[in-house]
Amino acid sequence: MAETINAFQFSNKALAEIQRYISHYPEGRQKSALLPALHVAQAENNGWVSPEAMDAIAEILNIQPIEVYEVATFYTMFNLQPVGKHVLEVCRTGPCCLRGADQMIDLIKQKLNIEEGETTADGMFTLKPVECLASCGTGPMLQVRETYYENLDSEEALDRFLEMMRNKEVETPEWKK
Amino acid sequence: MGIKILTEHINVPGIETLEVYRKHGGYRSVEKALKTMTPDEVVEEVKTSGLRGRGGAGFPAGMKWSFLAKPEGIPRYLVCNADESEPGTFKDRVFMEKNPHALIEGMITSSYALGANTSYIYIRGELLFILRILEKAIAEAYAAGLLGKNILGSGYDLDLHVAPGGGAYICGEETALLESLEGKRGNPRNKPPFPAVKGLFQSPTVVNNVETIASVPWIVNNTGAEYAKIGVGRSTGTKLISASGNINRPGVYEIELGVPVEEFIYSDEYCGGIWKGKQLKAVVPGGSSVPILPANLILKTAAGEDRLMTYESLSDGGFVSGSMLGSGAFIVFDEDQCIVRNTWNYARFYHHESCGQCSPCREGTGWMERVLHRIEYGHGHQQDIDLLVSVAKQIEGNTICPLGDAAAWPVASAIRHFREEFEWHIKHPQEATAPGAVYRGQLAAATV
Repeated sequence: MAETINAFQFSNKALAEIQRYISHYPEGRQKSALLPALHVAQAENNGWVSPEAMDAIAEILNIQPIEVYEVATFYTMFNLQPVGKHVLEVCRTGPCCLRGADQMIDLIKQKLNIEEGETTADGMFTLKPVECLASCGTGPMLQVRETYYENLDSEEALDRFLEMMRNKEVETPEWKK
Repeated sequence: MGIKILTEHINVPGIETLEVYRKHGGYRSVEKALKTMTPDEVVEEVKTSGLRGRGGAGFPAGMKWSFLAKPEGIPRYLVCNADESEPGTFKDRVFMEKNPHALIEGMITSSYALGANTSYIYIRGELLFILRILEKAIAEAYAAGLLGKNILGSGYDLDLHVAPGGGAYICGEETALLESLEGKRGNPRNKPPFPAVKGLFQSPTVVNNVETIASVPWIVNNTGAEYAKIGVGRSTGTKLISASGNINRPGVYEIELGVPVEEFIYSDEYCGGIWKGKQLKAVVPGGSSVPILPANLILKTAAGEDRLMTYESLSDGGFVSGSMLGSGAFIVFDEDQCIVRNTWNYARFYHHESCGQCSPCREGTGWMERVLHRIEYGHGHQQDIDLLVSVAKQIEGNTICPLGDAAAWPVASAIRHFREEFEWHIKHPQEATAPGAVYRGQLAAATV
């Protein structure tokens, strides 16, 4: 049987967004658009960046695939495995912990019955503890896509949040609208 | 109430729009600088102001600008460091979110001073929602002739773009930031050459923090001499402080440099005191990298003088009894907080964020995290404390960038000031690992 390669297809809007970033840099410096392109790819691909998407980016930016892989693996925002519908990026760093982040992370694990890095059986949530999100005065807090959810300082607040998320569609980034 | 340079209009409804921003005096500095001043005159005003880098290092901004190389025919760049990632710091995020035009105005005036025709705002990737706010404001500025070709008929051209990071603390270090902006891993570069000579795309580049750049318009409008009158000594002007931890009123406060620390913690104008009626145990005054100080040493210097919110006063006593103003991230600990657990948390952070380029940092941060983890979870050995001190010492000063120092200082200072608490964890593992257990033996001396 012949080997088939599943090339990744960006939508026209995604391609336009990547081109917009390329236009911000001097001639021959199109590689500078790599991080923006990875963000676009992640939004296009259900919240994670696949090897095929990385290869497609390499082609658009006219660089070697390895230049994309080494960058995608360096920056922690890029998920390199499939994730749930909503990735809960929970701050686990000192200042949030002073206001109860550890307890909040434990509660999330209990309520969703998952450990850090895991996805719920229904594919709804992935728990991804992250480092400081620059929202230390409003901790405990977490991020889902481009939105911050702050002051999750009680079980009731967390319950309300999870219930809301269960009924929420994935955000559409500005460039896709 | 001190003077507000950065936040005077921050809560005006609609200030994020060009129309409202201009109604409140916005973009006056662009008119003044581009039409009535030479670039060098703007640089001189910033030098006179004594403005120091607000990202953490506190280096005089005007002096940094004057180091910029100006070879003929080679473009120069201004890059704004909006990668705010230091645990405890959130001032730039709040500022950009509420008042994006204030940063853009600072970028135009500063780019003019430096002779840059293309400038970038590098913002941490987690803040894509603020990137959208900035881009919207930039589009308004282009439409109004404040960006692009021949700004306000002055003959000066400037393009301004926003670039997102991807989640890496190290990209707040200026050479790692430049690597990232070029689409690479955030590995800091060896210096020299400094960015002022070879920076972005190997061209002369200045990298400044959001707050530094946003302070420039006021200086241009009111003169550097007026700015220098605000504050105390070499700590001129105002500073945004991110107040977090166990206080009644966490948030971002603009202070005139020189406010007493005690006033900052207990006044209802600022932190409003320790929450839940608790006692103050310790403070990290400048972001997670700077030394932690017990309550007695944050309020008074070792010599018994009132500690002030200035670069000089917070570092009085060196690392023996002082700390640093850093980025102005003021993290407050109440009596129920465990210093060992917090130190382990920070050590995990630095291990996670080490780029892995230099062995002392790559290996040392992981080593400190593992040792602190075993102490926190009741498996520590008596010699672990000295081991931590030794590892921290071997990281400090032995790496390309300051992340190594940033990882070493919190550990070394926690042991310096709270050694008894570490010893208690090791000697009484069962007691120490009980839920909610906190060592209180040293509290009498440390809390206020």
